[in-house]
Amino acid sequence: MTHPAAETRSVIVEREIAYPAEKIWRALTQPHLIEEWLMKNDFKPVEGHKFKLRRDTQADIGVIVDCEILSVKPNRTLSYKWSAYGVETIVTFTITPTTAGTHLRVEQSGFQSDQRRAYNGARASWPQFLAALEKVLARVN
Amino acid sequence: MTDAQDALFRTLADPTRRGLFERLCREGEKTVGALTAQAGVSQPVVSKHLGILKQAGLVRDRHEGRQTHYSAQLGALSPLIDWTSQMAGFWQSRFDDLEDLLKRMDQ
Repeated sequence: MTHPAAETRSVIVEREIAYPAEKIWRALTQPHLIEEWLMKNDFKPVEGHKFKLRRDTQADIGVIVDCEILSVKPNRTLSYKWSAYGVETIVTFTITPTTAGTHLRVEQSGFQSDQRRAYNGARASWPQFLAALEKVLARVN
Repeated sequence: MTDAQDALFRTLADPTRRGLFERLCREGEKTVGALTAQAGVSQPVVSKHLGILKQAGLVRDRHEGRQTHYSAQLGALSPLIDWTSQMAGFWQSRFDDLEDLLKRMDQ
């Protein structure tokens, strides 16, 4: 029998994009472009490079994600450690050319099934939590 | 719904208690006095609500001299949130912004 705490889960999001792989690769690996769709960063496409992603959600509350590049295969895959809210995960982008354009897939793996771990030091995540909580409370009433 | 979830919902259904809990989430640890200053109710009422939040595991107290400091315990909320579905939503909205960016990169 496996221990539930040892199980991990992953999130996969996929999308068909009408632009070539090279262009998507630039958006995934150039800091000023990453900032436009993900977060502020000090990214470098170099294996072993450690960087931070930052987002200011409110005047005094910021989100910081600690990252480390695991793998860089230009125009194909990019993988980095993603550590936030006390949870360590791995984010992997996979780019595959298709007849119509490009298939982009992101997988974030390594969530512990015991989600309590997600809340260690999770003060920064409270805006999301509050939105989720409000939805739950609306359903309950 | 489990007894624990039931207790959690009942605890947070009260707007004064929810307000106290939100402030502790936003601003970090606070004394009863500091919480009372903005709560719009008396200190005994604040203390009573903090006691109920503590019973539900939503706050923790720490004594220092004559003061009692309270802090939010977000771990108590974990039954309410599905972390994986939150992150799926996060990446969907990031991909929306990525597509907007790709359009603009076209010149």
